[in-house]
Amino acid sequence: MLPSRRLILAHFWLGFAAFGVSLLLGEWQMFVRSPLHAWLRHPELYYRSVTAHGTAMAYVFPMLIAMGFGYAVTEAALKQDLIGRLWAWGAFALVAVGTVVAMIPVSLGLASVLYTFYPPLIANPLYYIGIVLVVAGSWIWVALMSVNLRAWRQRNPGAPVPLAMFATVAGAYLWAWTAVGAALELLLQIIPASLGITTTIDAGLSRVLFSWTLHAIVYFWLMPAYIAYYTIIPRAIGGRLYSDPMARLVFVMFLVFAMPIGVHHLFADPQVGAGFKFMHSVFTGLVVIPTLLTVFTICASVEIAGRLRGGRGMFGWLIALPWRNPMMLALAFSFVMLGFGGAGGIINMTYQLDSSVHNTQWITGHFHLIFGGAIVMMYFAIATDLWPHLTGRALASLGLMRAQLWTWFIGMIVLTFPWHYAGLLGMPRRMAFYDYSDPALAGQAAAVDASVAGGVILLVSGALFFAVLVRGHFAPAADPGEYRFSVAAHHQAKLPAALNGFGLWVGLMVALTVVNYGFPIAHLLSLKNNEVPVMSVSASQ
Amino acid sequence: MTMDRPPFWKTWTMAAAALVACIAAGSITIGFVLLPVLQPNDGHLSIWQRICHAAGVSRPVAAGEPPAPATITTSRVVVVPQMLMAQVPASVGSGATLALQCGSCHGARGVSGADVPNLAGQYPAVIYKELLDYASGARENAVMSPRVAQLSDADMRDLAAYYAYLPRPPAGRQAAPPIVASGSPMHNVAPCGACHGTTDYKTGSPWLDSEPFDYLKAQLIAFASGARHNDISGQMRNVARGMTVADITASAEYYARAQ
Repeated sequence: MLPSRRLILAHFWLGFAAFGVSLLLGEWQMFVRSPLHAWLRHPELYYRSVTAHGTAMAYVFPMLIAMGFGYAVTEAALKQDLIGRLWAWGAFALVAVGTVVAMIPVSLGLASVLYTFYPPLIANPLYYIGIVLVVAGSWIWVALMSVNLRAWRQRNPGAPVPLAMFATVAGAYLWAWTAVGAALELLLQIIPASLGITTTIDAGLSRVLFSWTLHAIVYFWLMPAYIAYYTIIPRAIGGRLYSDPMARLVFVMFLVFAMPIGVHHLFADPQVGAGFKFMHSVFTGLVVIPTLLTVFTICASVEIAGRLRGGRGMFGWLIALPWRNPMMLALAFSFVMLGFGGAGGIINMTYQLDSSVHNTQWITGHFHLIFGGAIVMMYFAIATDLWPHLTGRALASLGLMRAQLWTWFIGMIVLTFPWHYAGLLGMPRRMAFYDYSDPALAGQAAAVDASVAGGVILLVSGALFFAVLVRGHFAPAADPGEYRFSVAAHHQAKLPAALNGFGLWVGLMVALTVVNYGFPIAHLLSLKNNEVPVMSVSASQ
Repeated sequence: MTMDRPPFWKTWTMAAAALVACIAAGSITIGFVLLPVLQPNDGHLSIWQRICHAAGVSRPVAAGEPPAPATITTSRVVVVPQMLMAQVPASVGSGATLALQCGSCHGARGVSGADVPNLAGQYPAVIYKELLDYASGARENAVMSPRVAQLSDADMRDLAAYYAYLPRPPAGRQAAPPIVASGSPMHNVAPCGACHGTTDYKTGSPWLDSEPFDYLKAQLIAFASGARHNDISGQMRNVARGMTVADITASAEYYARAQ
């Protein structure tokens, strides 16, 4: 059992609670803007809900999972008690308090600006202050990951850092740097306007700063999922990790290439030059490399498991895989959704193709497939894999877990595939209601109805997931033994020092940020008369 | 596993930095030089101008050709949310004195039956902006224009403060018609209530509850025809043009009956 299990459980439970509430809100949003519901008479309620859904799902939920999982990895991989547990509880308190502080104005309709902020819309300051508290909490976690690694290195001079910890710290450093963009936007532009200190804002600059955070945050969400691919799944299905250095290379490539690519979210923004859009598009394309390396390495690792179980021939190993093992199912579903989502992502990052899907429902479909599908599927896997080590009780209900994973997969496909299609038909995003009675829009109605049905399946799956976790707390006590990570197939005689540290990669990450963001930000800062009056969002009648 | 020692480290540093630098240099060459040079529509620009354009640096407008002269006067007022929000008692008192000239139409307490705007409780920024627009000629009215011509900027602020200070007529609500609650999506008309109350309030939008039916209807028709053109960025002209006669009547009736 992990020494900090109460801390980790607190993170997981608060994270999944936020997830559960947001799941309900998400399905409500899907339903009220579908043809199954009359036009919303109070559209502001829709934006209120979207803000809560986005804030909880994008900031609170993945952050708490990454933090809790990071603490678990620290203790399990480094085999040492977490250093700074009190600080970790403090960070947890900051996230919890920040979430509540942010959600109060959202619930009151004083902050319906969506989680991407959208200046010159300006919300009640408590919303932004709450988010700053959440991010501050996560930065404490970043520091704790670094401190724990440093302490381990001092006790084990020259030894290779366990892969799980190496990847966790890579994710932590990625988050620390990528959060700087939104932090600058909040602290220098939005919060002063929200407090009434300034009355105008350079919305173009805000959007560039937010794009600094907006794409790399996706890779921060992705990190726990990738860590699970490499360090949990091969062990859980009885295989071996195909290559340990390849895994490290993948994580450092994410560290370098996830950051200088956010301008592909601004293809339609006039304040950024076409040259920078091209550069960011090129670097976005490079993210395909670590993704495909992962697909290769994990498929090879899974093949090892299949062959160890007696699978023979070109495809026999596939049949021999432990398909009744929930971890195997989770990986397969996650990869299928990562494949479709990734293909959609390549379309989004291509300037010419983006023109036909920009700001349509295609985009919302895309990131739900990637995050809600491929990533959250692995969050489920992480939680159920860790649960016995946190509760001291076995998760016996494998059938329930399989049903949960199947329903999440089917629900997510039924939700997002029609969602993409509606986007291709030109259905815009961020609207509270649509006139499906118009012949031009009537063709979109069936797709939206299908998505509502997908959402219902996801609600059922969400309920099953909570049932799995809660039953885990009431199962008979059982010693889960030591928590183990995957073992590499080949004994690696030598590990390049570059793949055991972060100096080079963090240096490249910062340098590329300067090259790709330095000029656009400096140029926008140098422009005069670029500001517009801020627009307060309120529910005053 | 054992660790490799520094010579490899140096190799990795060199290789990784060189690879990333090559990718960056290649994308800079293509993005800032090759693609801009190949653009067929930019033949009139020098190569340096094209590079600057690709970097997002906009060219100054070419001198010589003056912009087309405006045929109508539009509002030059910039409205911000904090405009005139602080109530100054002296300003209210001074405004009350000035308002003695206005009462014959707008009512002694800012409410009248004369089918002119009821001003009691109106947002001060709205009143101030309309007065400025009358003064500049952006909004024209045979009765208002000559009277406003005599007002100083301080007078306008005082009048705005006074009318904002007066209590609004009591509001009685009925169910909002679709145009107020949901707008008309296919005509690109946002819900009236999203800016003018009922659902939400947006900076610069007047409070419309209990304004006279004839006044509201006349203003919407004037916006639609372009006869009234002091709305910032043409917001209301765009909305009113998309409204049907039934929409105009329904929305005017809804706000007029809220008293």
